[in-house]
Amino acid sequence: MPLFLFWIFSLVMLIFGAAVVINRNPIASALSLVVCFMGLSALFMSLDAFFIGIIQVLVYAGAVMVLFLFIIMLLDLRVEERRKLNLVAFAGGLAVGLIFFVQIYLVIGQLSAAKQPFPPLASPKMDDVHNVGALLFTNYNLPFQIIGVLVLVATIGVIVLSKRELR
Amino acid sequence: MVTLGHYLIVSGLLFTIGFAGVLLRRNIIIIFMSLELMLNAANLSLVAFSRFRLTPAGIPDYNAQVFVFFIITVAAAEVAVGLAIIVALYRARQTTHVEDVNSLKF
Repeated sequence: MPLFLFWIFSLVMLIFGAAVVINRNPIASALSLVVCFMGLSALFMSLDAFFIGIIQVLVYAGAVMVLFLFIIMLLDLRVEERRKLNLVAFAGGLAVGLIFFVQIYLVIGQLSAAKQPFPPLASPKMDDVHNVGALLFTNYNLPFQIIGVLVLVATIGVIVLSKRELR
Repeated sequence: MVTLGHYLIVSGLLFTIGFAGVLLRRNIIIIFMSLELMLNAANLSLVAFSRFRLTPAGIPDYNAQVFVFFIITVAAAEVAVGLAIIVALYRARQTTHVEDVNSLKF
C-alpha cells in the first residue's frame, strides 16, 4: 500500500470522525459518520482484510446508519440550541482526551514492532472469506451460536422496549 | 513504507476523537455515535495486528478477524437496543439531552 493512499484514507477518516463530534446538527453528524466508516473500510482493505471491509460497509454504513437517521427523523431533532457551555467540564474533557492520546503515543513509541513494515504475504491471491468462514465454523462455533442467541434477544428486547406501555 | 505504528497511531487518534466526543457532547445520539467510533478504532488495531503477525503459512492471523466480526455483530445489536431506549426516553421526557435526565444523579 503506497504511503500517500494510507494518509488520504486516514485523513478522510479522522477529519469526518472529528466532524461527527463537532457538528451541531445530528443529521450532519450521522452523514459524517458514514464517510468516516467508508475511510475505515478502505483502511481494512489496505490490510488485506477484504471480508471485514465489506462487512463494515454493509453493517455500519448500510444498516446501523440508516437506523440512526430513522431515529433522528422520528424524534424530529433540530439543530441544538446553544446552551451555556460548562467551561470546566469542557476543558476537563479536552485535557483527558489529550492526556489519553499522549499515553497511547508514548506506548506505541516504545513498541519495537511498531517500527517494522508489514511482512509480505505468501501469495497475493488468498481466499479471505473462506478462511474466516472456516475458522468461524470450527474453532469459534460455540461463540457463533451464542451471538445468534444474542441477536435474537436484542430483537425481542427492542420490540418490548418500543411498546407503547410497559406492563 | 507503511509500518504497524502508522495504523496504531491512526487507531489511537480515532479512539481519542470518540472518547472526547463522549466527554464533550451532551446529545445522547451523538454520544452513541462516538461510542461506535471507539469500537471501530479497536477494530482497526485488531486488523492491523492480524496482518502484521502472519502465520507460518504466510497468511494473516484470522483469529483477530473473527474477533472483529463478533465485535461488529455485538455493536449492531447494541445500537438497536440503545436506540430503542433513546426512543422510550424521548417518549417519557421529550428530550435527548443528558443534562435533562438527572433523576438518578447523586
